[in-house]
Amino acid sequence: MTDTASRELPLQEIDEVIIRFAGDSGDGMQLTGDQFTSISAALGNDLSTLPEFPAEIRAPQGTLAGVSAFQVRISDFDITTPGDAPTVLVAMNPAALKAQLHNLAQGGALIVNTDAFNERNLEKAGYATNPLDDGTLDDYRTYPVPMSQITRDAVAQHGVKPRDAERSKNFFALGLISWMYTRPVEPTLEFINTKFRGRTQVIDANTSAFKAGYNFGETAEIFEAHYEVKPAPLAPGEYTNVNGNTALAWGCIVAGQLARLPVFLGSYPITPASDILHEMSLKKNFGVRTFQAEDEIAAAASAVGAAFGGALAFTSTSGPGLALKGETLSLAVSLELPLVVLDIQRGGPSTGLPTKPEQADLMMAMYGRHSESPLPVVAPRSPADCFDVAIEACRIALKYRTPVIVLSDGYLANSSEPWLLPDVNSLPDIGVEFATGFNGTNEDGDGIFLPYLRDPETLARPWAIPGTPDLMHRVGGIEKEDGTGNISYEPENHQLMVNLRQAKVDGVDVPDVEVAGDVDADLAVLGWGSTWGAIDAAAGRLREAGFEVAHVHLRHLHPLPANLGDVLRRYRAVVCPEMNKGQLCDIVRAKYLIDVSHIGKIDGVPFTTGEVTDAVRKRLEELSTV
Amino acid sequence: MTDTSFTPTTQPGDWASDQEVRWCPGCGDYSILTALRMLMPSLGTEPRNTVFVSGIGCAARFPYYMNTYGVHGIHGRAPAIATGLAMARPDLDVWVIGGDGDMLSIGGNHLIHALRRNVKIKLLLFNNQIYGLTKGQFSPTSEIGKVTKSSPMGSLDAPFNPLAVALGAEASFVARTHDMDRQHMMDTFQRAHAHDGAAFVEVFQNCNVFNDGAFEGVTKKQNRDANLIPLRDGEPIRFGADGEFGVIDEAGCARVVHTADVGDDELLVHDESKHDPSTAFMLARLARGPFEPTPIGVFRAVRRSEYAMATTRQLAAAQQKQGAADIGQMLRSRGTWFV
Ligand SMILES: Cc1ncc(C[n+]2csc(CCOP(=O)(O)OP(=O)(O)O)c2C)c(N)n1
Ligand code: SF4
Ligand SMILES: [Mg+2]
Repeated sequence: MTDTASRELPLQEIDEVIIRFAGDSGDGMQLTGDQFTSISAALGNDLSTLPEFPAEIRAPQGTLAGVSAFQVRISDFDITTPGDAPTVLVAMNPAALKAQLHNLAQGGALIVNTDAFNERNLEKAGYATNPLDDGTLDDYRTYPVPMSQITRDAVAQHGVKPRDAERSKNFFALGLISWMYTRPVEPTLEFINTKFRGRTQVIDANTSAFKAGYNFGETAEIFEAHYEVKPAPLAPGEYTNVNGNTALAWGCIVAGQLARLPVFLGSYPITPASDILHEMSLKKNFGVRTFQAEDEIAAAASAVGAAFGGALAFTSTSGPGLALKGETLSLAVSLELPLVVLDIQRGGPSTGLPTKPEQADLMMAMYGRHSESPLPVVAPRSPADCFDVAIEACRIALKYRTPVIVLSDGYLANSSEPWLLPDVNSLPDIGVEFATGFNGTNEDGDGIFLPYLRDPETLARPWAIPGTPDLMHRVGGIEKEDGTGNISYEPENHQLMVNLRQAKVDGVDVPDVEVAGDVDADLAVLGWGSTWGAIDAAAGRLREAGFEVAHVHLRHLHPLPANLGDVLRRYRAVVCPEMNKGQLCDIVRAKYLIDVSHIGKIDGVPFTTGEVTDAVRKRLEELSTV
Repeated sequence: MTDTSFTPTTQPGDWASDQEVRWCPGCGDYSILTALRMLMPSLGTEPRNTVFVSGIGCAARFPYYMNTYGVHGIHGRAPAIATGLAMARPDLDVWVIGGDGDMLSIGGNHLIHALRRNVKIKLLLFNNQIYGLTKGQFSPTSEIGKVTKSSPMGSLDAPFNPLAVALGAEASFVARTHDMDRQHMMDTFQRAHAHDGAAFVEVFQNCNVFNDGAFEGVTKKQNRDANLIPLRDGEPIRFGADGEFGVIDEAGCARVVHTADVGDDELLVHDESKHDPSTAFMLARLARGPFEPTPIGVFRAVRRSEYAMATTRQLAAAQQKQGAADIGQMLRSRGTWFV
């Protein structure tokens, strides 16, 4: 900013940086990370973010339980993950340091707010001695900065109460990091003005703190350089930064437009799915009706009711809620009505790790209903992919009149990436026709309506909604006679209906799976859902190290792509990283008798590229020795 | 009870489906079915705009027998299914049929929430004080000490009073009728249908197989005069062959008296539109069971914002404020940049 006064520090070009902002929940770390992300996006970097919130809303200040963090990776090349280990850690207090230091890469840069390292805070964080001077930080490049004090001094001129003054220190940190990575200041100043519109004192304080941070970098003689990350060669076009839950919500809303149907969402709040309910509740101008039900059973049941009435119906939840919805989903299987279930998986069993991801609901989605109750299952692979997968789930639900489960997870939900906006006009038309007239005749030759007469190609039954003249009919969970839908307890009919329901789901038009990477490799990595980024990046690293690796990633988990068995059989070895105890492995082994080996991780943290790389490399090395 | 200038476009037969009714011979459900089929033509609605939604139980088979749209759902969840349907389609007439187990045991939660939201659905609870379909276990309305297969030494559970539950859940329409009086059922269902909000009707229903005569003490012809208290809006509450009994409010408790002992002026005047539910609650709890004087009719009918229409109004307000649906605008709402 003050060009003339600036010391001539070398400007180093680097290809990427992974920064983790960590502080107390009240310190505004999410806001800081979000804003750094926005500026970097506007600069044209590729990026990926990973927020990490405490499970408790107001955990005691200064404690480990109250640490909130935000990791952002920016690069001048194409990336698919938020990065394994941060290379820069900003720690606002001792608890943040204690909770996050182990993540920091060896030799990484550590920027600490030294003012927060008082006796009380050290004790709350469980430090017996002060890590700033007991050798704990010897392996890192530590930059001690008295952030609270400088912030207080900078905002004093605005007459802010001393207690409130320190609240601007996240903007100080943002200013400092903005200087370090040569981000422009104007967008943040603008952001402060809009975000705090009408609160002049807050605007002034945050602006001063931000500038103070920026100037500190320039003038305090503790940094040896500052850095530049050039834009990444992204495809040209208009981008936005989107997280998985927002993309899913938008996908559902857009699907309603593409199908020309009113959207209904029945939901009961649960982490990490609630943001879908929030986002869709904001879009009432799209005719979206959201219903916060009394529990997950009612949420699913209301969606069944809305679907019977002709709406494109959704219910969103996480694992505990999906368990509750089981009986209602089997009703939807029996009624053969379109319904899309969004399961944002989290760590379990029971309440488990509410804010952490897991991929362990796969078996529940596939088989977690009584009796033979098949339904299609799909999974997005990245935050932006959630949009496309939501539309695909709706397409299947509508075309085949079936409930469909979407398996996202807590990682995709909150992680974000740049998304090249789709051309709205090129999105598929997923509209279907309601039944409007008779589709059969009785013995007297009179027209009648057969609610379970199937489309010969899709096996879907007609969707006749209340209000349609002459098509009054009853549907229910009791076994129905083929065609008429009347109650039937006949043995042959039940066998037929079980087979038909299965055949309908088996017949869903799933595109063939495509192999990414080295098609002719000896080894294929099989994955589904949110592990895509880590697998893709690991395959890249292994390729650089001279290995050949194929990557097969599934969007459709039920039914599986028709070519999957043949594709996997081409490889001498198939490995499958999953955040569970081997659920996809079991499914693939059972179906194709292919020996898939499991790479598991269920610690609530997404796979790092390094973890996948190491595990796959080990298998590759085993292969080369036999 | 209906507008005399109105000419029905349907006959009761138009409301009957072609399915064979499969309740036990003599079951009270038959007379409720007949009452509803006979009522329907007078409601000014069509079979195609009518949906019956139910859970599971003998009562819950009801939708199969009406030539309307119908959903035979899962045990207890009918009020939730109906809520979604009524929200998505406020243009429809949505009825919910269920038994005492269905609506007060497994589905008790959905019942109270549907009532408090005041979504426009008509809930008819066929109370036979027993689990019929599962062959005779005690239900949440069975009296203490009931001997059934699952309570051979007598049940220990204190029963719910369905009307008191509904009133506690802020129901805006609460009524009771019984399967031995077709006209009273039709009048009551007609009132429920006309109500702009959630309407709850308890129907005393005889299960002649597993709990025969449970309501005889009040519904049998010769007991009605002495033990049924017909509630009429704006009139003093009195009953008996010659109106010799009445109900008074004694320090917040309803009490049956000989009219002659207290004088006509002391009798409680029924006011179904009274917003405070205390009087309705006191009347709902007047009888300890169907063996002593029991009020029937409309206990409460008050106006309260209807949920589905309120939802629709929010959609319209959002359109006004945010403008019409625009996908491009939504996708750009978090800021964009060009590469
Ligand atoms: C989830 C579930 N649990 C249990 C049952 C078994 N079940 C069917 S009906 C019923 C009780 C029926 O009693 P009620 O609701 O009073 O209806 P009624 O048969 O008396 O009309 C039970 C327990 C079921 N169908 N589903
Ligand atoms: S068991 Fe009872 S309630 Fe059920 S049909 Fe028979 S008589 Fe009616
Ligand atoms: Mg019953």
